[in-house]
Order: sequence, then structure tokens, then C-alpha cells
Amino acid sequence: MILDRRQILLLLPAAAVAWDFVLAGTPEEAPNYNMSSHWWGMLLDITKCIGCGSCVRACAMENDVPDGYFRTWVERYHVEDWHIENPRVDSPDGGKEGFPASGMTGGKNFFVPKLCNHCTDSPCTQVCPVGATFHTPDGVVLIDYNYCLGCRYCIQACPYGCRFFHPERHTAEKCTLCYHRITKGLTTACCEACPTGARQLADLKNPKDPIHAFLKDHTVQVLKPHLATGAKMFYNGLDGSVR
Amino acid sequence: MEGFMYPNEVELQWSVLIVLYPFLTGLVAGAFILASLERVFRVEAVKPTYRLALLTALAFLIVAPLPLQLHLGHPERSLEMYLTPHRASAMAMFGFVYLWYLMAVLLLEIWLDYRRDIVLMAQSSTGLKRQLYRLLTLGSYDISPGALHVDDRVGLFITLVGIPSAFLLHGYVGFIFGSVKANPWWSTPLMPVVFLFSAMVSGIALVLLVYMVTCAIRRTTIDMNCLDTIAKYLFYTFVIDFTLEMLDLVHRIYEADESFRSLDFMVHTRLFVSQIVLQIFMGTLTPLVLLGLTQFLKFSEQIRKRIYAFAASLTMIGIFAMRWNVVIGGQLFSKSFLGYTTYKMAFVTREGLLPAIVLLILPFVILYVLVKILPPWHEGNVATIQADGID
Repeated sequence: MILDRRQILLLLPAAAVAWDFVLAGTPEEAPNYNMSSHWWGMLLDITKCIGCGSCVRACAMENDVPDGYFRTWVERYHVEDWHIENPRVDSPDGGKEGFPASGMTGGKNFFVPKLCNHCTDSPCTQVCPVGATFHTPDGVVLIDYNYCLGCRYCIQACPYGCRFFHPERHTAEKCTLCYHRITKGLTTACCEACPTGARQLADLKNPKDPIHAFLKDHTVQVLKPHLATGAKMFYNGLDGSVR
Repeated sequence: MEGFMYPNEVELQWSVLIVLYPFLTGLVAGAFILASLERVFRVEAVKPTYRLALLTALAFLIVAPLPLQLHLGHPERSLEMYLTPHRASAMAMFGFVYLWYLMAVLLLEIWLDYRRDIVLMAQSSTGLKRQLYRLLTLGSYDISPGALHVDDRVGLFITLVGIPSAFLLHGYVGFIFGSVKANPWWSTPLMPVVFLFSAMVSGIALVLLVYMVTCAIRRTTIDMNCLDTIAKYLFYTFVIDFTLEMLDLVHRIYEADESFRSLDFMVHTRLFVSQIVLQIFMGTLTPLVLLGLTQFLKFSEQIRKRIYAFAASLTMIGIFAMRWNVVIGGQLFSKSFLGYTTYKMAFVTREGLLPAIVLLILPFVILYVLVKILPPWHEGNVATIQADGID
């Protein structure tokens, strides 16, 4: 087919638009993934966390998290003797680049990785006026960015401070548990980057998942259990001072 | 920032515009409840303010959603709240409460009350004005005694429905905050009740001020019986409101749960001026004492007028400070209870002080227009004089 100059001029803008889609790529499909066969959570082993910040960096890279905001972060706790109600906590830049020496002596120090708890009875999904934030059948709390009004009620309702307002998208934003990865049989970016195995993705519906044996042999806890949110981030070695 | 905040908490999410929103809806609910006193409870003394209170409520209700709209990250999606509401969300259901109140209660009640005047003005005016009034009649020109009687009965029914609706309107705003279990500053079952009574206080104070100002502008004599009665209601409602707020405070102090030290620190530092000075001493105790004095001592008319105007102005400041302390105060401390942040209000930004000031002035501009179109006073009103002649 021979195109004349007029036809080329007409086709060029269409080709430019089409090229954007070519560059963006087609979203990968996960045809073998059955949502009803999974129930996702995570095991966070405080006794193994060294506060290196690899998880925070990996998350930021994988999910294009804007600077100054965090889908996951690491807190450093310093607890003097019996003063568990007055811990000293810091998290410089979310622990992204690790932690400088604290200079504090005595007491105990430990690191606590934090992320969305993907609660079963999540206060954030309850308050969303349009249902833009929702539960997937496999137990993950997600946000529909094309639907979110940006009212920020969910940010207020999250007891763990896990949500933020995306400065460019102007919607609420949070950890997706790397849903784009876990539905393809991969683990989350933070779990993959953790050098000590302090974070382990867990499929609570899979009887072969090592989480079940771990839960049987260890004393685990969730954050703020009194709020009855049905949090699915299980912490091993969680100190009573952790908020 | 002081102490430790979760990293995403450093930025405040709800600005001065969200302070305005409960303040404005509170004024609406309060003004309407005052208006319904005359209609339902036959408190004849407040009759001169009946229509003015309704128009004031409408002017503020029209502006009430604007601060929310300005605040949204995607205002173009706001209608989704009506089209695909999430029924478990307090905020989504509030949209319907608002719409119900605006369409089914306030607009209908005003229209029924003004229908005779509108018809008469449509007949007596000319040009564009005539077209406007013809439009406002909605095609209903029957002002026979029988039709007016029906208007009156339906109007009374709407007011009866309107009182619980006004309670719902502002009680629900309190629920939006009171149901957030993540935030101990907000999470209390008393919140809707406190919001409701503070709404009544602010609405009554507003109508009192608007009535005094309109009388001054029109150079007419203030009906002192009306003013005294409004001031009396303001005083009694204020006593209940203050009691509820103190009950909440005493309960928090005595219970002293895990959040108490954090909240206590805030009240003594970051919120000291807005809570202790502006809200409690200046905006509550002072007007309460002043209004209380007028109930028990005999003052001249002139002094009473001054006391009422001063007390009502302080009341407005106090209620605004209360909204500020709830909305902004609730975000100044970390949900870890280990740190505090500050709120820096910008001036010329979408959520800054300037739009807030404009949104506070706008209801008065709308009220001015409404009063011009639908004069709330009987004397000197052409339509009323004509109608009285017809009657």
C-alpha cells in the first residue's frame, strides 16, 4: 500500500498516541492465579531485623514511591530498663538509608519494620465514601486510583499511619503488598530484598506455607490488637513498648 | 515536629477548610432549630427572626460543601459519592443527609412560607424581576385561603420533619469524627451530641447577630422581647453544651488512658491558646457569664443589646475555636502517642487562609442576595401590603 503525504500526516498523530501504549506495555496477566485460594499476610521477625533499610529502598524502587513518603519504613526503638511506656523511637527518612549510631547506652535496642497491615476489618475501607479502597478476595487492601476522591478520610482512619496522600496522583496511597508480583508467584519487593529473612510473605490459606509451623512454635503478636482491625502482619518478638 | 511521628504523619491531611465545614453546617442546623421554635413550639417572641433564620440557614448550607470540594484531591469525582456510595462510610451517608436537608427540608419550607409573597411579587413586578418571581412560583399561582392553609399545614409538617433532620445533619458531622477509632481525640460517643449542641449555640448566636445588624442597616427598632428570648435560648443551650464538653474533659482526665499524656501535653502547649484561652475562657465562660447576668439582673435596653452582641460575637469565636481544636488538634499528635507536629497555614493556596476567609464571607453575600429577592420582614414589603389588602 502506498500512502500519500496527506494520509501520512493524518496517521502520524495516531501513531504517536499508539506508541505511548507500546512503551507502557500490556499489563501482564496471571491466568493461573486463583484469588480464592490465597489469604495473604506477612511475618515480621523483629529478632532478625538489622535496620539496613533494604526493604524501604526496594519498595521505593519497585513501586515508584515519592521521596518523603513511605509504603514501608523501619523504626528504631530504644527502651530503658522498665520504662516500656516511654520508648525512644526514631526513623530517619523512614530508615531508608539505615540508621546512624544512636549513642545511647544501656537498655535495649531493636528495629521494627512497618507497612500496611492489610487488616481483615480495616477501618480505612470502612470509611471510604465511594469504595475506592477495597478488600481483594485474597485478603489484600487496595486502592482504585481512578476512583479515589482524595478526601483523605482513610488516612485519618488508619491507626498505623500507613497511608499518605500521593503528591502527584492526588489520591490516597499505601502498600499493595506488591500485588502485581504476588499474583504471579513472586514475593514482595521488601521480602525479596531483606538480607536476614526478617520479612516473609505468608499465604495463610496454604497449609504448606511455613508460616503455620512458625506460628505454632513462636509467640507472635499484631500491632495495636485492642483496635480489633484484624491485622495480618504478624510480629515475632514484638516488645510491649512498640506502638 | 517534636518526638516521634510515623513518617507519613508529618503532613497534616485536613486543613482549615475542614474546620470551616463543621462550623458552617453547625450554623445551618442551629439557625434552623431556632426558626422551628416559632413554627412548632409557637414561641411567638422569636417570630421576627423566623424567615431571616431560614434564609441564613440556606445561605450557609449552600456554601457548606464548598470547602470540602476545594479540599478534595479530585473534586471532579465528588458526585461519585451520590452515584456509587459506599454504604458503610459515614461520609458517604452524610452526602444524602445533606441533600435531604437541603432539598426536602430547607428549600421546601422556604418556598412554602414565601409562596404567597412570590406570587404577589410575580404579579406586581415587571421585567426581569417578574420573570424571576414567575420562575420561583414553579407554576403555582393559587393563593386562595384554602391553598394557603394547605401551605401552612404542609410547612408545619416539614418543620416537624426538619427538626430531627437538623439534629441528624449536625449530629452526623460529629459522628464523622467521633467514629474514627484510630484517633482518641475524636473517638468518643459524645462527639455527635457535643457537635449538635455547639451547632445550636453557634446558629442561635449567628441569627441574633444577623438580626441586630439587619435592624441597624434598615434603621428599624429592635424587638427587645425577641432579642431577650433568643438570648435566653442561647444561654440555656450554651449551659448544656458546656456541661457536655466538660463531661468529656473530666472523663478523659479521670480515665487517663494511653493517649491521655499525649493529649494533655497538647492542650498545655500547641492548643493552649485555641483551646484554653479562645474556646473555654473567651468563647464559652465569658459569654456564659454575660448572658447569665442578663438573666438574673435588670439592665437597660441599651446595655442588654451591647451585652448580647458582645456575647454572641465571642460565642462565634469560641465555637470556631472548638471546631479548630477538634479538626486541627486531632492531627497534631502522632497515633504512636510519642510525638507532635505543627500546622502551618498557608495564605494564598487552595487550602489556605484566603479561600477560608472568602468562604466565610460568601454566605453573607448569598444572604444579602436572598434577602433582596425574598425580603424576610413584613413591614414595608410591597407584596405583604398588597396581600394584607387582599386579605
